Amino acid sequence: MNQFPHGWGRPRDDVYGAYDSSYLNSTEPVSHTQRPIVTGTSVLGVKFNGGVIIAADNIASYGSLARYDNVERLLQVGTHTVVGAGGDISDMQYLHLLLDNLLIKEQYPADDHALLAPQVHTYISRVLYQRRNKFDPLWNSILTAGADPKTSEPFLSYVDLRGTTYTAPALATGYGAHLAVPILRRHVPDEEACASLSQEDAEKLVEECMKVLWYRDARSGVKYSWAVVTKDGVTTGNNKIENQSWKFAEMIKGYGAQNV
Amino acid sequence: MASQYMLPHVQQPPSFHSTASQPRQHQWSPYTENGGVILGIAGKDYVIIAGDTRSSEGYSINTRTARKIFDVGSGIVLGVVGMSADGEELARKVARRIDDYKRNHDKHITVNAAAVMLSRILYAKRFFPYYCQPLLGGLDEDGVGAIYTYDYVGSFEREASRAFGAAASLITPFLDNQINLKNQFVPGTNGDEPRKPGDLPMDRVEKIVKDAFTSAVERHIEVGDGLQLVRVTRPPPREAMEDEEEVDEREKTAGGGVLTEVMSELKKD
Repeated sequence: MNQFPHGWGRPRDDVYGAYDSSYLNSTEPVSHTQRPIVTGTSVLGVKFNGGVIIAADNIASYGSLARYDNVERLLQVGTHTVVGAGGDISDMQYLHLLLDNLLIKEQYPADDHALLAPQVHTYISRVLYQRRNKFDPLWNSILTAGADPKTSEPFLSYVDLRGTTYTAPALATGYGAHLAVPILRRHVPDEEACASLSQEDAEKLVEECMKVLWYRDARSGVKYSWAVVTKDGVTTGNNKIENQSWKFAEMIKGYGAQNV
Repeated sequence: MASQYMLPHVQQPPSFHSTASQPRQHQWSPYTENGGVILGIAGKDYVIIAGDTRSSEGYSINTRTARKIFDVGSGIVLGVVGMSADGEELARKVARRIDDYKRNHDKHITVNAAAVMLSRILYAKRFFPYYCQPLLGGLDEDGVGAIYTYDYVGSFEREASRAFGAAASLITPFLDNQINLKNQFVPGTNGDEPRKPGDLPMDRVEKIVKDAFTSAVERHIEVGDGLQLVRVTRPPPREAMEDEEEVDEREKTAGGGVLTEVMSELKKD
């Protein structure tokens, strides 16, 4: 019998030969995500009186190829939160797994304490910040939208692959930050303006912004998902951009305004 | 200046003239810069720390309502400018450590002890630094205003006034002149007797702070939107307080100083 505890419960060297541990000593360095592969584009969010609306299209691109055209980038987390993700789709799906597990864990105590949007946002921001500290980022820009079930106070915040977080009356990720935010800020420059924006007007505003993105963002899609969160919970839907007019395209020559 | 600081771990980009056969790799950077400016001034019985509330990335404004000055407990304030994710993490960590100190020792940490602690926290990340410049303020054991200033890796110094961030180079000479009274002389002495700095009343300093920010907003694109100003002052004398409970409550929550925050507007263009 082998008297050394180290050998107990292991395949015997005299029978099976010495353990081949060469695979553990790879000469290759550990590789991390260097760049996103399959990507989603912008996510939009606007706070209004009594809630928040969030929208993202259903395209997942592989470079400039529109690889998948029916991808859901909005995820409902619990009863009063929706998380929208842009950037790498597989990283987004991994994050969805984490959020699902988090939610299951939170169900166990059955203590009537539910995770709300601020907690979900903090959780995601901690995950993303820790991954950036490991030089292995989750390549996403994420909006978390929600409303308080008691006060109906809307919540909207952003976090990205470096753990940078901020909140504003209207937010957008990716190209939306350049194309949609200026339009959104015209209507909701501050929190007071949100308080006097109706849900109907907010929906119209998002519809308009998604149309602008469809016209100008080459990685966007014509179909998009939206979600509204109020104190009563989450309402979701799908939309297709209608009444398109490409008349302006005839006028475009070169890369900008030109008189040729 | 942030841009001059060479981070040790980041690979230098390959030379443009390197041999074509070698593959060029683009390294992802864990760092970003969110702009803004903070400013701290210590008086003989007060401290003022102020910061703008704009957060930006490149030419985009993220939000107009981001705070850079944090109440970290025990009457101590921390201002951070640079990368906001690192700054907020640092503020959380400092607040947590100050709270731990209070629970372990049943007394508030002093500002100078907190200052050394912050230095250690920064140096602990010497080879993956927090990309932010911190400014710690509070009243010392004699009730005198103290501002401690740091670099990214924990070198620190107690100073009377300091500006950090995007428009620090614009504000610093203004502070030299208006707070430290550089190049100012007593009227009627024909430039022979320099004015002595110190003893500026708090309301005058607050006006100087506001002027510093409104001027920085005019000349720096990353500064603007709002002004967050935090004062640390001595608590009112015991007898001036309503009752013992109020005294006890205040002594439980604050250390040497009492914090008040004032928000005001800056230009948003």
